[in-house]
Amino acid sequence: MTTLLDKLWDLHRIGDAGDGYDLIAVDRLLLHERTGGIALKSLQEQGLPVIDPSRCFTFMDHIVSFRPGRGRDEARSPGGEVFILETRRLASDAGITIIDTDHPDQGIVHVAAPELGIALPGFTVMCPDSHTCSLGALGALAWGIGSSEAEHILATGTLRAKKPRQMRIRVSGELGAGVTAKDLALFLIARHGAKGANRCAIEFCGSAIEAMPVEGRLTLCNMAVEFAAFTALIAPDEKAHDFVRARRLAPAGSQLALAEAHWQTLASDPGSVFDEEIFLDAGEVTAQVSWGTSPEETIALGAAIPLSANIRVLNYMGLSAGQRLEGLAIEGAFIGSCTNGRLSDLELAARQLRGRNVAPGVRAVCVPGSRRVKQEAEARGLDLVFREAGFEWGEPGCAMCFYAGGKTFAPGARVVSSTNRNFEGRQGPGVRTHLSNPAVVAASAVAGCIAHPARTALQEEGV
Amino acid sequence: MPAPLESHAGIAGALLIDNVDTDQIIPSREMRAVSRSGLADGLFAGWRYADAESRVLRPDFILNRQPLTSVLVSGHNFGCGSSREHAVWALAEFGIRIIIAKSFGEIFHGNCMRNGLLPVTLPAGDVDAIAANCEGEVIQVNVRTQTLQAGCLPGWSRAFQIDAFSKRMILEGLDPVRLTLRDAGLIARFQAGDRARRPWVYS
Repeated sequence: MTTLLDKLWDLHRIGDAGDGYDLIAVDRLLLHERTGGIALKSLQEQGLPVIDPSRCFTFMDHIVSFRPGRGRDEARSPGGEVFILETRRLASDAGITIIDTDHPDQGIVHVAAPELGIALPGFTVMCPDSHTCSLGALGALAWGIGSSEAEHILATGTLRAKKPRQMRIRVSGELGAGVTAKDLALFLIARHGAKGANRCAIEFCGSAIEAMPVEGRLTLCNMAVEFAAFTALIAPDEKAHDFVRARRLAPAGSQLALAEAHWQTLASDPGSVFDEEIFLDAGEVTAQVSWGTSPEETIALGAAIPLSANIRVLNYMGLSAGQRLEGLAIEGAFIGSCTNGRLSDLELAARQLRGRNVAPGVRAVCVPGSRRVKQEAEARGLDLVFREAGFEWGEPGCAMCFYAGGKTFAPGARVVSSTNRNFEGRQGPGVRTHLSNPAVVAASAVAGCIAHPARTALQEEGV
Repeated sequence: MPAPLESHAGIAGALLIDNVDTDQIIPSREMRAVSRSGLADGLFAGWRYADAESRVLRPDFILNRQPLTSVLVSGHNFGCGSSREHAVWALAEFGIRIIIAKSFGEIFHGNCMRNGLLPVTLPAGDVDAIAANCEGEVIQVNVRTQTLQAGCLPGWSRAFQIDAFSKRMILEGLDPVRLTLRDAGLIARFQAGDRARRPWVYS
């Protein structure tokens, strides 16, 4: 009886690397300009070639400008263009495909790679980016690495890795109306702590996961790193197969038939034993908002900050123990990122915005996760909904998920954000980030304070 | 590759909070070049400087109080968050050689080993004791015997865990890339078989 992780591990295990490590074959390496360029550069400096450029892809996402009509080399922070320029040159020298700033498939690596069929069920996919765990939603064994490990993969096509411990999280029942994958992720982290996953590879399963659309699964797995997971996995089902089939770089014809037969085998055997297990009834989960500077410092929207809250954190956030978040005035709202920058996220937010306006004094920004998301959203008229409500509508990239210099929200500004990290200074020096789902962000932007999504809008759409 | 590290005796500095993330260790705005160096100045910039722009120091921050700190003591989940190896490069360039914490972020932990920076996980009680008693005092770490002593706690000695491969990387300044390249034949044989089993991966 083997787990999904066991199967994926064995399939990619080249051999014993000694000292309890295995040598693991890496099917796809993804790079981005912020941490990938340095890996390419170090390799070049050592005079080592990239062993198989055809299995590597470079994305421009982290530092690219999100200004509408941005230039090809334009960064969103002063001096940032050096990362775009150098990474472009290094990747091009190495013969690696670049999904460049002006490429029609450009986007955040964890949004664009699934869209392109680069991340597929059963693949090992590595990227020097902590949110690589997102791709486990498709049944890929994917995890975030450092730049030195990326260098190792570039040079050898492999990684020395120690098989992680395993945790199963079974989410039974169903998520309530207006409760999203993001809320589920935040709920788990709040309940079990930011180190709760204990460096395990998580397999999510249960009726709530089966019912979850693939985009929601990508959101859920994305947040696994905030839970201190090694990575996350969901056994690929018909939904996942449908999602990846017919993607540009997905197998076709006879190759597809072979691949699909393989995908059918990617599940944990009944009776598989895990090192740790968590059971959760999805019905317990409600809309969540973070109050502190770690994703574990999260409460139900409408609840009060715990009396035991850390005073240092409260001071940074300008809050006090026992205080409620609902009704707290905000200066900013951001929708986007590898967590919540997909089409379904934008649709969810747009339902809160139709016929409404962003409150005075709130800077509201929406940045689609990829050009494809942006195009599809525009085809459905969502850009108009956002813009008419008073949102900025940006060019795809990581955008305001993290601050990299230059202009942003003012110190002390309170921002509701659909991103993954509320770390101190993450969105700018002194900026106070509250994580939530995109509907809460949109509703809050309209209300001018942290607010519940409008029920009418939710009911209309039958969410 | 980093210099081998067999043992170290250095000044302890305590930053006893949980979830110190890599955004704090090296804020993204301090990553200004495609480079592994030039990062020490930006280390903990948000906490170390009253004003990051003008680099006016905040005197109460540990690395300002104890600028010779080479053994950093911290709480749970140190190095969580972004995978940026720049966090490790910044710490190493500043002169940090050992980090003693209650637990570590996974990617950060691996990055440390590849850069000759030793992460030592100790039980919470031990970390609290070091932080409370040993700031500014010398901590001794022996990688070979996997033991740690603190001069300020007479007779106090603790063993720590490190996996065999990481230990070799730290002790020998090992380069995993060159090590793996020696297995090129094994890798090629695997790929030949894998190509037959999963041709779509290679097309």
